[in-house]
Amino acid sequence: MKCVIAGGNVKVLGRAVHSLSRIGDELYLEPTEKGLSLRAINSSRSAFASFLFAPLFFQLYEPGGPAPDTERFRCKVHMKSFLGVFRSLPSLDKSVGKCLILLKHRASRLVLQLHCKYGVTKTHNLAFQECERLQAVFDTQRCSSRLCAPARVLADAVVHFPPTLAEVTLGTGPGGKISLRNYVEDEAELSKTMVTELWLAEDEFQSVTVSPGSCITFCLKEFRGLLTFAETSNLLLTIHFDEPGRPVVFTLDDTVLEVHLVLATLSDLESSSLPPPTNGVSHLPTPADDFADDLESYMVALESSACEGATGGPPSPTFPLRTPRTAQSDPEEQEEEEDGAVPGTPPQKKFRSLFFGSVLTPGGPGLAPTQEVLAEDSDGEC
Amino acid sequence: MSFSAPPPASGEPYVLSASLDNARHLSSLLRAVHFQDHATCFATASGLRVTVEDAKCIQANAFIQAEIFQEFAVQEESVMFRINLSVLLDCLTIFGTSSLPGTSTALRMCYRGYGYPLMLFLEEGGVVTVCKINTQEPEDLLDFDFCSTKVVNKIILQSEGLREAFAELDMTSEVLQITMSPDKPYFRLSTFGNAGSAHLDYPRDSDLMEAFHCNQTQTNRYKISLLKPSTKALALSCKVSIRTDAQGFLSLQYMIRNEDGQICFVEYYCCPDENITEAEL
Repeated sequence: MKCVIAGGNVKVLGRAVHSLSRIGDELYLEPTEKGLSLRAINSSRSAFASFLFAPLFFQLYEPGGPAPDTERFRCKVHMKSFLGVFRSLPSLDKSVGKCLILLKHRASRLVLQLHCKYGVTKTHNLAFQECERLQAVFDTQRCSSRLCAPARVLADAVVHFPPTLAEVTLGTGPGGKISLRNYVEDEAELSKTMVTELWLAEDEFQSVTVSPGSCITFCLKEFRGLLTFAETSNLLLTIHFDEPGRPVVFTLDDTVLEVHLVLATLSDLESSSLPPPTNGVSHLPTPADDFADDLESYMVALESSACEGATGGPPSPTFPLRTPRTAQSDPEEQEEEEDGAVPGTPPQKKFRSLFFGSVLTPGGPGLAPTQEVLAEDSDGEC
Repeated sequence: MSFSAPPPASGEPYVLSASLDNARHLSSLLRAVHFQDHATCFATASGLRVTVEDAKCIQANAFIQAEIFQEFAVQEESVMFRINLSVLLDCLTIFGTSSLPGTSTALRMCYRGYGYPLMLFLEEGGVVTVCKINTQEPEDLLDFDFCSTKVVNKIILQSEGLREAFAELDMTSEVLQITMSPDKPYFRLSTFGNAGSAHLDYPRDSDLMEAFHCNQTQTNRYKISLLKPSTKALALSCKVSIRTDAQGFLSLQYMIRNEDGQICFVEYYCCPDENITEAEL
C-alpha cells in the first residue's frame, strides 16, 4: 500500500485521527478499492467509528496488490503511536506539505513520512499487527428517524452541557422540536443534579423525519469527538436512530470522505426482563424482541480467543456470552483479538447490559481445554 | 533603577558585585540550564558563568558577559562558589515570572567571598526584597576538552527548525541518535521508542541551515533524558551550533538574544551513550 496526501488534506487526516482517538486505543487501517478506511472501536464495544477516504482525497493512491482472490491487507496500530505523528494540528497546517503512507511488509513497518517546510522530512516507522476485519453491521435504511443539520447547530447545542457529562438524551417533541437533555441515571439524584435541556426548532435542521415521541440516550464523549471534526470540516451531520436500545448512527458525507459513528443507546428495559443468558448465540439478525441479539447483529463480537464461555463458569446474569468457536462459522462478522476484551472504563450499568461478552464476570468461565493462554488477563477475568 | 549596597562592616570590598536593571536578563538564561538543583558560579572580569552537571555525562553553561550588567566588578582574579540554583531562581523571580512590558525587577548582587552567602537585593515598583543564599564549596567540574581544532562535524541551524522537533521528541526512546554526514541524510535526529522509530532529516541545502561543515559520517547516541533539558535553551535561542568531535562528544551552543537585543550564550556538552548500538530500522 502506498498513498500520498497533499496540502490541506493532511490536516483533515490529522483531525480524523484525533477524532478516532476519542473512541479507541487502536487504529484499524484497511486500504480498499473504494479508498483508505480508518476505524476504531471502544473497549466496551459500544462505539464504532470509521473514516473512509476516497481515492480522490489522495494525490496518489495505491491500495496495494495482492492477487485478486487473496485477502486484502489489513492492520491495526496503537492509536497513541499513530496520533503522535499528527499530534500538533496547528503545526500540520503550518509546516507540513505532504504526507506519505507506505507499507513495508518485509520490515513489518507502516511508514508515515511528513514532508515539511524547509526541506525537513519526518519519518515514523510504526509497528503494526495484522488483523481481521473490523466492521459494525448497521443499516441506516432501517432507522425510523432521521435528522440532518449542519454540524455547527449540534456543536453549539452540545456546548451547553458540562464537559464531564457522560450521556445525553435526544428526543422529539411537540411541533417537530428536537430536544437535548443530560441523562441522569438515578431517579433519586434528579433533585440534586442540575438538569439542562434545550430545544431546537425544526427549521434549524435541514431535514427532520422522526417518529413522534421517540428518544434515545447515548454517550456524549464519543459524539463530541465527531462533532469537532464535522464542525471544522463544515459538513452536514445526519443522525439515524430508531427505538431505544438500537444503535444510533451519525454520518458525514462528502465527495471524498465518508464518516460513520455508531453508538449504542440506552435501552428502556430493566435488567430483570432480559432474556436468560445463552451461549453460542446465533449471529444472524433475529426479530426485535430479543434486543440483545439485535445488538449482536449490529456490533461485531471481538472476543478474545482465550475467553471461552462455552464450558464451565456461571455466565453473566445480564448478557449472553459468546464463544469464538461459533464465531468462526461466520468469518465476515468476526474479528479475533489476542488481548482480552476487557473494557477500559465500563460505562454505567444499564449500558453494560447491552454488550455481550465484553464485560467479564469475576471468576468467570474457565478456559476451554484446547486453548492455551500465554499471558493471563491481569483482571483475573476469563 | 539601580542603587548601591550598604558598605560592608569590615571595610573589605565585596569580591563580586554586580547590578542589573532587568533581572530577567539573568533569570531566563539560568532557567535554560536549570536541570539540577545545584550550580557552580564562576565569575571573572569578563562576566559570569553558571555551570550545571548531571551524571558525569552532561554539562550546561550559561554565560552572562560583563557588558550585560550595568555594573560588574570582580576583585580577585576569579570567584567561584556552588549555590542552590532553584533557590537562586526563586529569588530572582520573587516578584513573579510574567513579563509585563515596562516593568522589570532591578537586581544588585554581592558576594563577600569564601564562606559568605550570596546577597541579592531585588526591587520592583518601590518594593525591595533582600535575599541571602548560602554558598558551598565548589565541586570539580567536567572538562570535555572540546576545542574547535578537534571538531569533526559542525552545523549551524536556525533554532526555529529544531524547536518543535525537540519538544515533540519521543521520550519513550532511551536515546537520541544524531547522524551528521557529508552525504545523505546530512543531518538526522532519530529516536527508537515504543511506537517504533522516528527520523527527522534536515537537508544540507535547507533554508534553516546557516552553515554545514561535515567531513565525516558520524552516528552517535546520547541519553535522551540528559539532552531533553536543552529544549529550554533551544526555545530561547535564535541559532544553534551542533558540533561533534572524534570521540562523539556533542557540543550544542545556543545563541540567545535578550529583551534588549544583547547576545548571550548557553552551551551543552554531552558524552555519547556507551551501549551497543542496535541496527537502525
